[in-house]
Amino acid sequence: MAGSTPASATAEAAPQLGKAIASVSPWTEAWRRFKRHRLAYWSLWVLALLALAVFVGPFFYKVGINDIDFKARLATPSATHPMGTDDLGRDMLARMLYGGRISLAVGLAAMLTAITVGIVVGAIAGISRGWVDAALMWLTDLFLSLPQLPLLMLLIFLFREALKQLFGLEVGIFILIVAVIGGFRWMPVARLVRAQFFSLREKEFVEAARALGASVPRQVVRHILPNSLGPVIVAATIDVAAAIIAESTLSFLGLGFPPDIPTWGRILYDGRDFLDIAWHWAMFPGMAIFIAVLTINFIGDGLRDALDPRRVL
Amino acid sequence: MLNYVLRRLLIAIPSLLGISLVLFVVLALAPGDPFEELATNPNVPPEVRMALRAQFGLDDPVWERYVRWLTSMVKGDWGFSFVSRINVDELIAERIPVTLAVIGASQILALLVALPIGVLAAVKPYSWFDRIASTLAFVGFSLPTFFTGILFILLFSIQLGWLPFVFRADLTETGWAWWWEQIKQSIMPVTVLGLFQAASWMRYVRSSVLDVIRLDYVTTARSKGLKESVVINKHVVRNAMIPVVTLIALQLPQLFGGAIVTEQIFRIPGIGSLLIDAILRNDTPVVMAITFIFSALVIIFNLLADVIYGWLDPRISYR
Repeated sequence: MAGSTPASATAEAAPQLGKAIASVSPWTEAWRRFKRHRLAYWSLWVLALLALAVFVGPFFYKVGINDIDFKARLATPSATHPMGTDDLGRDMLARMLYGGRISLAVGLAAMLTAITVGIVVGAIAGISRGWVDAALMWLTDLFLSLPQLPLLMLLIFLFREALKQLFGLEVGIFILIVAVIGGFRWMPVARLVRAQFFSLREKEFVEAARALGASVPRQVVRHILPNSLGPVIVAATIDVAAAIIAESTLSFLGLGFPPDIPTWGRILYDGRDFLDIAWHWAMFPGMAIFIAVLTINFIGDGLRDALDPRRVL
Repeated sequence: MLNYVLRRLLIAIPSLLGISLVLFVVLALAPGDPFEELATNPNVPPEVRMALRAQFGLDDPVWERYVRWLTSMVKGDWGFSFVSRINVDELIAERIPVTLAVIGASQILALLVALPIGVLAAVKPYSWFDRIASTLAFVGFSLPTFFTGILFILLFSIQLGWLPFVFRADLTETGWAWWWEQIKQSIMPVTVLGLFQAASWMRYVRSSVLDVIRLDYVTTARSKGLKESVVINKHVVRNAMIPVVTLIALQLPQLFGGAIVTEQIFRIPGIGSLLIDAILRNDTPVVMAITFIFSALVIIFNLLADVIYGWLDPRISYR
């Protein structure tokens, strides 16, 4: 029959019947299974190290991101400049650490935006029937058929100035980029949550809650939502990676953060014209984006196995 | 079937109208003026600028401009590019062949890579080959195209000097030499885009073949004594391709997004670079036309995916 192939390499055999199983909480169980996915487990460590370096590093590595040193222009990596310098002699390591904070923060914030909108839309559509559901799904489909990258570029280009004046340079662009990236990534989450709600709301335990007189919001918040979070967590993880790529793509096209705010994508974009004489300039930010995205994707894959409620064979 | 397609096309019309309205309003409400350059030019008196604005109807209310845009679009008039000073449809027709050629070639490459590797990986799941292929696929779609492009340029153009890293549309060679140059300058963009696609397609192919390969009818085919190659090629792959074809059709429009990045890296004068130029220079009619084409493509390919799905899988009936 179908399904005799395990859905994943880390899937395990079902516990034998009759054997006493010590009761463990679902989260302990998930963590135990997550650790079995070795690539995901190691990715978690690598990503944690990267995040630690980016957030704690600047407290120890005290070189300004805008310290210009014309004597050391386009220097290759050395003891004084571990990652070399750019065309103005600014230290790359300092800029990388600073940029990493922004890139990771954009990824997390955009993911939170997308997940929040997605859960709200999906939950409302999933619990209400009839025209509310139909209208929300039409909206979701409309958003799915918008051309994403062109619109991202367009919105950022058009509203950059307005937000810059409202919130200041750095914060304004940050809000804009997070809102725009998050605003185009909520649709899959909404569909996921809606589908989960459709099956969960007919389950016996929800019926029991309803019979006990639980109001609709309580059924949703206490009973349905917590049980539908597994796939959402996986989607959220992958979304962080997608948002980091989206931000770097925008920066790479010259439509992200301005040159004086060195995100990874922006550094890569600036270094592109110096490939022949200063390879390190484009290489380090590119590697950083790659490592961050790869580890996040692996973690997502591990979580998918760990949180799969079906307990594959 | 025909009924279904017609009905879907009718449903697509309000969606297209909705999208065009959203695009138009965003563009109209945004700050920025296609005649900004004239404003800073001291040789152009402000009256001329005002007259130009009036001539192109930029001072009318938004809804009036939208209706005007829509009626002329339906009649086949796509507007006039403020920056290039030619009609938008000519401008797009000039740029689109390069983009289509690069995208088409990269799709073929992606298919040639993803299909055999995906099938082989699924035939022996969790073997060494599968593990390596799956890990490489993960690496492949975690590598953003702009970084792979830069790596390729660094390796093949700068270190080895084999391939040119700027795409030229005005090759002077003729005959075979032209083809040779054309192929040489297309290798890197096509590979970058193709391998990125291949990475995610390989995963689809693998999981789809895995779903099919343990079904009873495959066991039956084997026990009839058919050769393994016949079982895989004729029985397994044909059925496993059904969901893959749909996924590919659904992904095609996103490809134009990928093409924007690739065209920017290798400086290919295609439709993506036209869009970026148009955005940066406030050339509203061009931006509007290209984004609208992209959205129309998404809707058309969604419809196409559904139709192909039903054609490949007779179990699906259209109501």
